[in-house]
Amino acid sequence: MGYPHPIHPKETPVLSTHFGDPDARSHAGWVARGGYVALQQALGMTPEAIVDEVKASGLRGRGGAGFPTGMKWSFMPKDDGREHYLCCNADESEPGTFKDREILRWTPHALIEGCAIGCLAIRAETCVIFIRGEYTEPYRILQAAVDEAYAAGTIGANAMGSGKRIEMIVHRGAGAYICGEETALMNAIEGKRGNPRIKPPFPAVAGLFGLPTTINNVETLAAVPAILTRGAAWYAGLSLSSPKSTGTKLISVCGHVQRPGTYEITMGLPMQELIFDLCGGMRPGRTLKAVIPGGSSVPIMTPEEVADCATDYEGIAAKGSLLGSGGMIVMDDTTDMVYQIMRLARFYAHESCAQCTNCREGTAWTTKILERILRGEGKASDLDLLLDLADNMTGKTICVLSDSCATPVVSGIAKFRDEFDAYLSGARAPMTVGV
Amino acid sequence: MSTDMVTLTIDGITLSVPKGTSVIEAAKQAGIVVPHYCYHPSLPAPAVCRMCLVEIEKLPKLVPSCVTPVAEGQVVHVHSPAAKKAREGVLEFLLINHPLDCPICDQAGECELQDFVFQEGRAGTRYGDEAKRWNPVEDFGPDILYVTNRCILCTRCVRFMDHVADDPVLNVSERGDRAYIGIDPGHRVDHPWAGNIVDLCPVGSLVSKDFLHKARAWDLDKNASICTGCTQGCNIMIDTRDENVVRLRPRPNLEVNRHFICDVGRADYRWMNRGDRVEAPLIGEGDRLHAQDWDVAVERTVAALAAAAGDAVVLIGGRASSETIGWTLQALEGRTVTAAMKVPMGEEAPLAGVPNLALRRERAANLHGALLLGADAPWEAALTVASRAAVVVVLDADLDDAEVEALRGAGIVLHLTTVADPRLPALRAVLPITSVAEEQGVFVNRDGRAQRYLPAKTPPGMARPGWWVASRLWAAGAPDRVAPDTATEALQRLPAFSGLSHRDLGFVGRIVAPVGEAAR
Amino acid sequence: MSTSSHAEPYVPVFVGDTKARLEALATKYPTRQALLLPALWMVQEARGWVSPEGITEVAEQLELTPAYVRGVVSFYTMYHTHPVGRYFIQVCTTSPCNICGAEDVVRALLTHTGCGELGATSPDGKFTVAEAECLGACAFATPVLINDDFIESVTPESVPALLARYT
Repeated sequence: MGYPHPIHPKETPVLSTHFGDPDARSHAGWVARGGYVALQQALGMTPEAIVDEVKASGLRGRGGAGFPTGMKWSFMPKDDGREHYLCCNADESEPGTFKDREILRWTPHALIEGCAIGCLAIRAETCVIFIRGEYTEPYRILQAAVDEAYAAGTIGANAMGSGKRIEMIVHRGAGAYICGEETALMNAIEGKRGNPRIKPPFPAVAGLFGLPTTINNVETLAAVPAILTRGAAWYAGLSLSSPKSTGTKLISVCGHVQRPGTYEITMGLPMQELIFDLCGGMRPGRTLKAVIPGGSSVPIMTPEEVADCATDYEGIAAKGSLLGSGGMIVMDDTTDMVYQIMRLARFYAHESCAQCTNCREGTAWTTKILERILRGEGKASDLDLLLDLADNMTGKTICVLSDSCATPVVSGIAKFRDEFDAYLSGARAPMTVGV
Repeated sequence: MSTDMVTLTIDGITLSVPKGTSVIEAAKQAGIVVPHYCYHPSLPAPAVCRMCLVEIEKLPKLVPSCVTPVAEGQVVHVHSPAAKKAREGVLEFLLINHPLDCPICDQAGECELQDFVFQEGRAGTRYGDEAKRWNPVEDFGPDILYVTNRCILCTRCVRFMDHVADDPVLNVSERGDRAYIGIDPGHRVDHPWAGNIVDLCPVGSLVSKDFLHKARAWDLDKNASICTGCTQGCNIMIDTRDENVVRLRPRPNLEVNRHFICDVGRADYRWMNRGDRVEAPLIGEGDRLHAQDWDVAVERTVAALAAAAGDAVVLIGGRASSETIGWTLQALEGRTVTAAMKVPMGEEAPLAGVPNLALRRERAANLHGALLLGADAPWEAALTVASRAAVVVVLDADLDDAEVEALRGAGIVLHLTTVADPRLPALRAVLPITSVAEEQGVFVNRDGRAQRYLPAKTPPGMARPGWWVASRLWAAGAPDRVAPDTATEALQRLPAFSGLSHRDLGFVGRIVAPVGEAAR
Repeated sequence: MSTSSHAEPYVPVFVGDTKARLEALATKYPTRQALLLPALWMVQEARGWVSPEGITEVAEQLELTPAYVRGVVSFYTMYHTHPVGRYFIQVCTTSPCNICGAEDVVRALLTHTGCGELGATSPDGKFTVAEAECLGACAFATPVLINDDFIESVTPESVPALLARYT
C-alpha cells in the first residue's frame, strides 16, 4: 500500500499489505496473517533448493545495485567448514529512500522470516541486522519482534523445532550513511570506522569477521517468504515491461507530490502513472520539473524522460538513470535545482568516510563551488570545473560515494544548465546558503 | 619459465616477476616509479590515496597498482592519458587544502607531494578564493610535531603505530574533509621507534623537532652508513650540511632493518660533530706530548713498542671498524694479545612488527666484528691483564675513571683515538683516527652480516682511519712489509673476511660469520 | 547528566546491570571489539554524551586503546563528544525535506528553543538543535529526532506545541 495512504488500485501489495496495521507487528499477529509458513517450508528444503527457487523468481537486490539475489547466495562456499554470516542491510540512508523503514516498523516478522530463510540458503547460523542509528522507532519494534521470535522458538538454537540454529542480532548504527555500503557495514559491526573495504576479497570469501558473508537489503530479504509460499513462477510473472525485472518493488516517493509515501508496484509500471495517479501528481498549479528516481545517487530525470519510462531496472536505465533503491524524489517548478544539487553535494561531503583523496576533497570542493555559484560569486568557468572534478571523482575510489556526489552535478548541469547560468550571469538573485 | 613467475608488460617493458607481486612493485623492477602516497612496502596497503592508479588493458576501470597483483599477460599502462589525468586529479585534490608553505617546510626538497606535482601536476590552481582548511600544530611526542594542515591523510603513520610498532596511539579522527590524524590526549607518540613516522610521512606533516628548521633538504649531503647504536647494524644515511651531521635517517635494508631505525640510533649523532678532536699525532717525550708529523709519529711509536717487550692488551671502543681492529691486532703480532671490546648495556627495545629487529642490549656496533677477529676477551678480564701488560692500546674506547685507574701498572699506553683523554697513564702516543662518519669501513652485526659504511664528512686535521695508522705501525715494525692503501684492501687482507672487498658487500651486506648470538 | 569531564570524578558506566548487558552481548559476537558501537551507546544513554573518560572506560572494557575508540567515535555523528542539551534535536535538511521547507523548521526550532544557532545549547540547558542528513522518512517532511523520539511531518507552525512536550 502507498503507506500512509490507502491501497491504490494500480498497486500490487505483497510486502506492504500490512503496513499501517499494528497487529501485524506481533509474532502471533504475523502467524495469523500467514507468517512463518515460508520458513517452515524452507526448513524442509536444501540450501540449493532455496537458492534455485529465488534464482528462478528473478529477485534482484533491492538496495540499489540490483544484483540477482539467488546468484549472490550461490557465491557462498560449500562445505568449507567455516562459519557463515548473513548481514541484513537496514542502514537505509540514501536520501529519498524510506521503504525499508516501513517494513521494519510494520512487518518486522516478514524481515525476520526472510533473514531466517536467507541463513538457511547460505548455510549461516547467524544473521546480523544492521539498522541505522536514527531509526529509533523501527529499532525498538524490530528488537521486540526478534525477542518474540526467540521466545516463540521460531528462531534460536532449534528454529521451529527443526534442530537448526538460526541466531539473529540487531546491531545499531550511530550516524554514518556510508555504512549502507556492504563492506563499510561489516566494519561497523566489527567495531571499526565505517570505511569501505577494498574488493577483492569479496564478502562471500572474507566478509564479516573474515568469514564468508552475504549482505542483503531489508526489502530483498522480506520478499523471500512470499516467493517460497507462492512460488518463483508467480513472482517472475509480476513484470509489466522487462522480463529481467520481476516481482514487486517498493517505491518511496517524496518531494512535491500530493501523496508522498511508500508504494508497491509491479515492476515496469509507467513512472508517469506512479507519479500522477498513485501519488496524486503535483500540488495544484504546479508542474513537474525533475525526478531523481532511485535515491539521490542516480542521474536526475526530466519530465520528458519520465513521460514514457517504465519503472524497473531496464526502463529507467534506458533513460540514462537507475532504479537504484527505489527512493524517488519528485521536484516541481518551485525547486531551485542549483540549491538542491548543492544540498546533495553537501550530503556526500558530510558523509565521505575520508579514506580516498578524490572523495574526501572532491565532495567538499564541489560543495564549495556550488555554494559560491549560489552566492552570486560564481565564475563562468565554474561549470566546466565542476564537470572535470566530477570526472576525477568517478570510477576512481574504493566505493561509489564519490561517484554518487558527481552524478547529480553532471546530470544537473546537463539538464538544468539554464539555472546555473542564471546565477552565473546575475539574472537570478544571489541566495543565502543554509540556515 | 617457472610457474611461480608471471610475465607482464608495463609501459612497453616486458618482465617476469614472482606470482603475488603487486603491479607497483613490478613497475619498480621495470624502472618505473608509479607515484604513490599511502603505499609503503613495509606497511599494509590501504589503497586510499588513489595516486597509484594505472590502466590495465581489459579492465573497466583504473586500478590501484599497490593492491593489484600481477597476472600473466597483463598489459599495464602507467603513463596512459587516462592514468595521468587521474593522478593529476588526485594531486589537485591534495593541494587544495595543502598550505603552500614550502619555503618554511622541512620536507621541501624531499617532499613527495612537491615531486609528483612537479612531474604530473597541473601548472596552475583551479581552487578559488575559498579558505583552506586550518588546524593548529599538535605536539605528538618527544621528537614529533604534527603540522595538521599539511597532512594528506595517507595514514602511513597510523598504520606504522598500529601494525609495526604495535602501539596504536594514533587514529584517523572525524571524516570527510574534516578528517585529521588524532592522538589520544592521554598519550604521546613516544615509542622507541616512533621517529620513523616522520620518515614515513610523504609530506611535511610529521616533522622532527630536532631537525626543525635546521637545514634545507637540498643543502644536505647524504651518505650511506651503519648505525653505531647497537649490534643490530641498522642501515642509515648520514645527512650533513657544511660538514656538520644534522640528521640520521634509516636506509632500507630488508634483511636488517627494513625501512626503520630506532629513536636512540636516530639521536646518536652529536658526537660526530665534536669540536675537541685530536688533529695531529702526539708523541710522548718525557712527561710531555708533542705534535709530530705521521712519519715521525709512526717511527717513534714503533720504537716505543719495540722497547716494550711483553704481553699486550687492546681495549676497543664499540665503533671501531673491522679493518681497524684487525690491523691493530696485526700490529701487535708476535705478542700474547688480550683484546676486548667495551660493550655498554641497555634495555632491549624490539620493533614488534618486524622479526629480528630491535634496539639491542649490547650498545656496540662492531661487537661481532671484534669477536670474529679474535678480540673476544671479557672486558673485565682484559682490564685485569692490562694492569700488568707491557703494552696497552686503547682503541677509541671511552674509559671511566676506574678503568683508567686499572691501566696504572701498564708499561706503555698507545691511544688510537678521536678525542684525547688526559687521564690515561704512561701515554707514549696519541694517534688521531677518523670517526665512523669520516671513514669507510665494515661492521659485522649480531647476525654475522658484514656491512660497509661510507665517509660522510672530512676528517679533522691529520686524523687517519684507524686501520691506516695501525697498518703503518705494523709495516714499520719489520722490513718488506707493505701496508694496505685502501679500506677495501685493508679488509681483503684480513683472513677473517676471506678476501671480501667492500664492493662485494654491496649495500645490503653479506653474512660472513656463524649466524646469531648463539655463535658467540 | 554530567556536563563537564572535569567537574566531578568519573563514575564508571559498566557496573551492575550495564556491565551485565555488555557481557550478555559479548556472548553473541566472536570478538569483543564488535561491542564497540553498542558499548558507546550504553555510555551515551547513561551520561548523555561520550566523554574522554567514557572513551577510556569503553577502551578498557573492550581491550582497545583510547585512541582507537576515539577514532571510531568521531566517525559516527550520533555520538556526542561534547555535552549537549537535555533534548538533542536533529532536523533533516537534505534535499527531499529541503524542498518541502525543512530549513524553515530549523529556523523555527532555533527561535523557539532559544538556541539561536545550530549546535548551540539553549541558555536553560534544555535544547541543542542540529541539522541532520537524511533521516529516512522523506514522505513525512520534515522529520525531527528529539533524543530517541522520531517525530514526523513537523512544520514551523507545529514547533511550539512540539517543544511544549519536552519539559
